[in-house]
Amino acid sequence: MTAVLNATGATRLIWLLPVLPLAGFAVNVLFGQRLRALAGWIATLAVAAAFAIAVAALFELLSLPGEERTQILRGYEWFSSGDLRVAFDLRWDPLSATMALVVTGVSSLIHLYSIGYMEHDARRETFFSWLNLFVASMLVLVLAQNFVVMFLGWEGVGLCSYLLVGFWFNRRLLVVNPRGRLVDGEPDDTHEVWAPPAAKKAFLANRIGDVGFLLAMFLIFATTGSLDFDVVFGEAGALAAGTVTAIALLLFLACTGKSAQFPLYVWLPDAMAGPTPVSALIHAATMVTAGVFLVARTHTLFEASGTAQTVVVLVGAGTALLAAVIAIGQDDIKKILAFSTVSQLGYMFIGVGLGPIGYVAGMFHLVTHAFFKAQLFLGAGSVMHGNDEDTDIKHFGGLRRAMPITFWTTMAAWAAIIGVPLTAGFYSKDQVLAALFEHGGVGRLAWVAGVLTAGLTAFYMSRYVFLTFFGERRWPEGRHPHESPPSMTVPLIVLALLALVAGFSLSTFTGEGGRLQSFLEPVLGAPEEHESLAAAVGLSAVATGVAAAGAVVAWLLYIRPFDWLALRRRHATAWRALADGLYVNQVYEFFTVNMGGAFAAFLARNVDQRGIDGAVNGVAELVGNAARSGRRLQSGLVRSYALAVLGGAVLIVAFLVFRP
Amino acid sequence: MRVGPGAYLLLSAILFGIGVTGVLIRRNAIVVFMCVELMLNAVNLSFITFAKTNGSLDGQVLAFFVMVVAAAEVVVGLGILVAIFRKRSSTSVDDINLLKG
Repeated sequence: MTAVLNATGATRLIWLLPVLPLAGFAVNVLFGQRLRALAGWIATLAVAAAFAIAVAALFELLSLPGEERTQILRGYEWFSSGDLRVAFDLRWDPLSATMALVVTGVSSLIHLYSIGYMEHDARRETFFSWLNLFVASMLVLVLAQNFVVMFLGWEGVGLCSYLLVGFWFNRRLLVVNPRGRLVDGEPDDTHEVWAPPAAKKAFLANRIGDVGFLLAMFLIFATTGSLDFDVVFGEAGALAAGTVTAIALLLFLACTGKSAQFPLYVWLPDAMAGPTPVSALIHAATMVTAGVFLVARTHTLFEASGTAQTVVVLVGAGTALLAAVIAIGQDDIKKILAFSTVSQLGYMFIGVGLGPIGYVAGMFHLVTHAFFKAQLFLGAGSVMHGNDEDTDIKHFGGLRRAMPITFWTTMAAWAAIIGVPLTAGFYSKDQVLAALFEHGGVGRLAWVAGVLTAGLTAFYMSRYVFLTFFGERRWPEGRHPHESPPSMTVPLIVLALLALVAGFSLSTFTGEGGRLQSFLEPVLGAPEEHESLAAAVGLSAVATGVAAAGAVVAWLLYIRPFDWLALRRRHATAWRALADGLYVNQVYEFFTVNMGGAFAAFLARNVDQRGIDGAVNGVAELVGNAARSGRRLQSGLVRSYALAVLGGAVLIVAFLVFRP
Repeated sequence: MRVGPGAYLLLSAILFGIGVTGVLIRRNAIVVFMCVELMLNAVNLSFITFAKTNGSLDGQVLAFFVMVVAAAEVVVGLGILVAIFRKRSSTSVDDINLLKG
């Protein structure tokens, strides 16, 4: 099935995809300070060049027949030990091509946006170098042909995420405090946060997942003797059921860390302490989708284990619903979008967890989500840029006149995410839900959760746009909201257009025969049966109806003259639970900080002081006592030593003489 | 009357015993030294006796080695003794107890 490189032209150049951003990183690290304003343009150019190569290589891939579309570019050998050989082989197939195009395409736009957004930042060359390093790592992850190289990219993006979340490590940000008092327009419900703890939280949560990735790799190597994708997938069917379930679940643990699924999603909302382009690029469009990509890439392993697939679907559905509920209670615009991302990632996992029936739907939602969520984040960044870096939704209102481009582009992405017919989100979300319904069993249960999530999504996203752009102005005196510069608005426009057209241009209503479907099927496998058009229309009507209901409720609450702050005060307890993320963080705090601290104190007192220190001190005391009694032998009297020598000699002679 | 090897060995044993006793009971380092020499020569006597008895030259050769080593040892030992006497005005071996534990 694999055509070992006989490729010509652009496909032979795909090694440049990660190398170009890496070169941009190197240039900006070495000469960034001298380049000044040029730094951003160099970084953008590096990523845009990678995008151009990816497009050229895509067209080459399209010119080949379906079965030959898996091209492998042999790279130099990284290391080999015994039977294990790990090389920088790159895989260019429809799946990695889709991801590479999304990554380089969206990255190019976000790099361009960052030039305007980071214009006044003193360390912008550092920012761009890290952003380039991120793109390079992400492309290594996407193009890898074995687990080790993929893990290299996996860790690389984790590192860049950590660095970029903590980019403003010395800046105290004012954000909305969910536990603060609720007073109209008064700023006493904000509190200061600091980026370093958020960065550490992201790093630690990811580390837990990465342990799963490592253990899965060990298990794969122990049972198949190889880490190359083709070899491992070829032997997946022959593995014991328990082993393959363990491998799949460990890989999924890695996904819950990187892709912010329950129970490891808690780092993503905090990661909003990073600059907004970072939130758009890493924490919405690309890095967090790496988990979805991993499941799709290793789908052979997941297919071999029904348990793992069920876990993926249920965790995805649960996370989608939970995060959508929490998103309702957020006042920080970036937090709303963060929880929304967690929720949408849940949809993608539902898709790729279902098996052949949902792979394309999941990947399709990944692509469309990359467009509309990147737009939403960049739009939120534009709102912040024009409003003195304020993120509190209560301080906006009526911005549509002050920021028309941001407003219209955000409305396009809003339409896409809530699933207005003919927009991108409508196609992809409905296909995920339809696949769920078709799947039956737990799929039906998850379908209910998915439809509810669709309604909640429509509600909280409408709340976000209504409170930000509509109604009367609530911003403080002396603030002059203004539209952002062209380098920021151009990416907004492009992404908004993509959010509108990516649906019908890439797919059909049921997905069957759509461009993405026929493109990905050679890699991901075709579903055995397709739903009927009538069923699809019916399911779509339900989901769209629920979403419309959510939007209408939001309209009733936030557009009509209605005192929503009074409603909030009346149900203060419920509101606070929502605003505080249903106290999930507090549960974590209880288990890790309080109980972990108590456990550590117990260990310090008993095991450490009594056990370990006791053993060490005991040995020392034993030796000391033995030495104290032994030192008497050393009298210092030469004659007593002579006597001892004599005694010894007599004993030896006696032994030699009298031995039997 | 022919004196047998037993008499020589007995003399050797008596001389060795005197030497050991001297080393153990005397405090004067020079006397201890002389007693050590006595022990060495008692052993030499045994070597030669056995050599004569067995008709082998090995024992006689070994006796020469012992004498050579003893001479060398006396040189070094007396050198040390002189150094200690200059420092402490004493040659009692009981006074030299720097290694007392």
